[in-house]
Amino acid sequence: MANVEKDAISGQETTGHEWDGIKELNTPMPKWWLYTYYVCIVFAVGYWVVYPAWPTLSSYTKGTGGYSSRGEHDADLAAQKQSRSAWTSKFAAMNVDEIGGDRQLLNYAMAGGKIIFAENCAPCHGTAGSGAPGYPILADDDWIWGGTRDAIHTTVAFGVRSGHDETRESEMPNFLGDEILNKAQIADVAEYIMSLSDGSISSDGVERGAVVFEEQCSACHGEDGKGLPELGGPNLTDAIWLYSKSKEAIATQVSAPKHGVMPAWTGRLSDVEIKQVSLYVHSLGGGQ
Amino acid sequence: MQKILEKNLILLCVAILVTVAIGGLVQIVPLYTMESTIEKVDGMRPYSPLEQAGRNIYIREGCYTCHSQMIRPFRDEAERYGHYSLAAESMYDHPFQWGSKRTGPDLARVGGKYSNDWHVAHMVDPRSVVPESIMPGYSFMADRELSYLNMDEHLYTLRQVGVPYSDDQIKSAVADINTQANGDKGDVDAFLARYPKAAIGDFDGNPDKVSELDAMIAYLQILGQMVDFTTYKPEMNRR
Repeated sequence: MANVEKDAISGQETTGHEWDGIKELNTPMPKWWLYTYYVCIVFAVGYWVVYPAWPTLSSYTKGTGGYSSRGEHDADLAAQKQSRSAWTSKFAAMNVDEIGGDRQLLNYAMAGGKIIFAENCAPCHGTAGSGAPGYPILADDDWIWGGTRDAIHTTVAFGVRSGHDETRESEMPNFLGDEILNKAQIADVAEYIMSLSDGSISSDGVERGAVVFEEQCSACHGEDGKGLPELGGPNLTDAIWLYSKSKEAIATQVSAPKHGVMPAWTGRLSDVEIKQVSLYVHSLGGGQ
Repeated sequence: MQKILEKNLILLCVAILVTVAIGGLVQIVPLYTMESTIEKVDGMRPYSPLEQAGRNIYIREGCYTCHSQMIRPFRDEAERYGHYSLAAESMYDHPFQWGSKRTGPDLARVGGKYSNDWHVAHMVDPRSVVPESIMPGYSFMADRELSYLNMDEHLYTLRQVGVPYSDDQIKSAVADINTQANGDKGDVDAFLARYPKAAIGDFDGNPDKVSELDAMIAYLQILGQMVDFTTYKPEMNRR
């Protein structure tokens, strides 16, 4: 230790280093800083005790507080469930018609249903159920599988051709491919189907098509073409088309039908969520 | 002690080594003594060859730059996407696709959420089904034939890095692609025994060929589908 001396002005010791007559002060850490540092060390030791901290050979120290981030998440979800239980417990116990009949409960269901719809249903059926080619419009009163609250609930819960055990299932025959009808007959029946909604004047094609329709189509679409929701046969008289509006499009669908698929939401959404979104869909347009 | 250490180079080096070694050993040693850092979960299996091919396209097209596959344990994410992701759910991913940015939604549980037809329409022109979408279209995938004749070697390579493909799975890799993408061809039961829960069918609606779109949709439809969360007990795996 060379030349350690007290600096007359600051009262601190020097380090003993000197350059060209300039001496370096050995100023200690400020007290407030030093004590903060000690407090941090004490806090860290306390943290090891209370929270999960150190790995061990086969596990880790769990801490006396029993904290885990997944546990916190579960508690978070449980608290949310609890705060909503005032009305979700009623939803669980009631069917969709009963909830729909209670104005206050319906308000709750609609608020949740709107959000559930936006995340899960809008990608296919469009915002507010505006529909898209191949994906039915939900904001009108044309329902393929029925527009009552209960029918909508069944469709949402189990889907259409979804592979679920209780799925809604219908299959339109491959009329051309399976040689049930020939091309001329299909053209006639397409003309007849167009005439059901656009009021076009009766022609020979329409008359021939009517006979074909009676034989081949009326079993699912009804004798008057107004559809049979219990079989999933769409209404053909209301000028609302699932794929597109033209005689050619109808002929294509009759020749080699497309079959849309809707997933079953049971399992992905909770029972209560399915009821809420069903009520929301029911409210969009012409719920029956 | 400070005064001694700071003036003796060798002592200082030894002291630094000891300090750093403590930190390192605490982190590294348990990795050798623990059986696994990934909790065991029922239902996980390696990807089927078609799904794996779809995954390769997912990586090739950089889907991960906009889509994550990682649902974090937060209430809001659980409400939107479902159960938080488990480490085991990406244990056969090389590399994993957790991602770090969501321009589009998380895809960890997208499997089964939409129909195959929807995926086709959405891949070809996203705005045809989601008007506000900013995703680019990938219509070329429907035209491009999938290159899969070396899929057995691909699975073999994955086995080298730890994916437990069996000899049987590697041997039938190319045939399995045809089985999964066509459904009615090949031994479906044997395929499903090798890859339970795999979606089978003509994904892109074009039965003439196995396209890249077939592979892509097969991959998307299995995401999040392997683990059955109705039987999973989160309280057994808290950490």
